[in-house]
Amino acid sequence: MSPAAAGRTVRPVSIASFAQAQNVRRDDVHNEVEGLLPVIEEVFSTIGITKDDVDFICSGSTDYLIGGPFSFVMALDAVGVWPPRAESHVEMDGAWALYEAWVLLQEGKADAALVYSFGRSSLGDLGEILTLQLDPYYLAPLGPDIVSLSALQARALIDAGKASEADFAAIASRSRRDALGNPKAQVRQDVAVEVLLADDYVVSPLRRHALPPITDGAAAIVLAAGDKATRWSERPVWITGIDHRSETHSLGARDLTTSPSTASAAAMAGLGAGPVDLAEIHAPFAHQEIILKEALGLDDAVAVNPSGGALAANPLMSAGLIRIGEAANRIASGGADRAVAHATSGPCLQQNLVCVLEGA
Amino acid sequence: MTDQPSAGSGEPIGPVTMLATPIRLDFDFTPGVAQSRFLRGLERGTFLGQRCPTCHKVYVPSRGTCPTDGVATTEDVELAGTGTVTTYCVVNVPFAGQSIEIPYIAAQVLLDGANLSFMGLIQEIPADEVRMGMRVEAVWVAPDELTPSLASVRYFRPNGEPDADYDTYKEYL
Ligand SMILES: [Zn+2]
Repeated sequence: MSPAAAGRTVRPVSIASFAQAQNVRRDDVHNEVEGLLPVIEEVFSTIGITKDDVDFICSGSTDYLIGGPFSFVMALDAVGVWPPRAESHVEMDGAWALYEAWVLLQEGKADAALVYSFGRSSLGDLGEILTLQLDPYYLAPLGPDIVSLSALQARALIDAGKASEADFAAIASRSRRDALGNPKAQVRQDVAVEVLLADDYVVSPLRRHALPPITDGAAAIVLAAGDKATRWSERPVWITGIDHRSETHSLGARDLTTSPSTASAAAMAGLGAGPVDLAEIHAPFAHQEIILKEALGLDDAVAVNPSGGALAANPLMSAGLIRIGEAANRIASGGADRAVAHATSGPCLQQNLVCVLEGA
Repeated sequence: MTDQPSAGSGEPIGPVTMLATPIRLDFDFTPGVAQSRFLRGLERGTFLGQRCPTCHKVYVPSRGTCPTDGVATTEDVELAGTGTVTTYCVVNVPFAGQSIEIPYIAAQVLLDGANLSFMGLIQEIPADEVRMGMRVEAVWVAPDELTPSLASVRYFRPNGEPDADYDTYKEYL
């Protein structure tokens, strides 16, 4: 019942349940609350619990996607926080909300937590919105968009001899094909590398397929400790280690072909304590998977992104949390025993979170 | 940077003490299923609320769920255009883009049959005679001017009924 590996966990915490919305290019029927409600209902009903069974709630979202203030407060209407309970929010991908909840469970201040995230990327101009996450003094005023910055990173990777455009296409081809087995994915297609290489450049060296789709989505996870973890799961999926690290906001001061923050987060999470069967890596741009695989020390025997990953569906603020949920589901169903999930945030992999999961 | 010589003038640039970086973002707005029904109701000159199947409270407008119970509100409830002023304020301060003369009254109006008040203007009564508990009715724009927006409600005015008992609205202050 206790986690097999040392990791950094003091109190065993399990991923008890995971749900995600259908990932779509644009949902213009539902508002944020209506989009989130069925996801919250599913994450509870899957394990036969209600909101009254969790004693902490933490969400991840950003007002920059909806263009209105305090959207995370309104989103609570999808949960129904009565009687009142402890609640928190991070202006980050839901994976970081999960981290906050995990810390609270480590401290014994809660036994079960609801973590959710939501974001509709379709409401504004993502290129302009994501530029505003840059350093506001030196970089944001220049207006570099996320695709151009990612293209600089991809170019640096090619120049360093670490990858080719064909490698990017191969990753996209595999992701889209794997997504055929994921009914919630957005881009599901069996398409050959040669066909993808005929795509136009969006920003050289990135062709259309090397970019993530624009996705509206939401996701939720229930974390459980103590009796609840074993009561709510036939085969609990334990978080044996989790850590997140950040790099400087100054892109010019970084070697964009490496991800030292991912490597140190992985070390702190105890990833190297044993082999993993699969990795769910949050690599919004195809070339970033190559950088992250190296930082995580994964060899080619490890199945990467069997869900299709962020190239098949990239709901901002949720895509990282979904990686943890997808990895947990594969362990829960017996398809894997040990897995690593990764989430990223910021430009060119600035912030990274690594979560190691193990089946009982 | 206004007081600094330009870079092209050949003179040295002093320390930059301020940098203005104007930001503008445009967004589409999706009201959602429930709020769309409310807005379509306004277009027909009615207030359309929704009832929670668990606690039976009626929200107007509903955003699709009961914030207390976290369940979908699905039953439409058409409300009369009458209600009670639960609280109000007299606005004496002009502001940019103001389209109404001061002083005016912004009030929370609890529509009859609703469990959520919303803000409306009170007119056709001197500001110093407005009071909590005052009974009011909605005044709509002309039928051919109705739109799916709160602009369809011009304001509320006294409907002549005696003031409501405090106990009937004390939960909604
Ligand atoms: Zn209710």
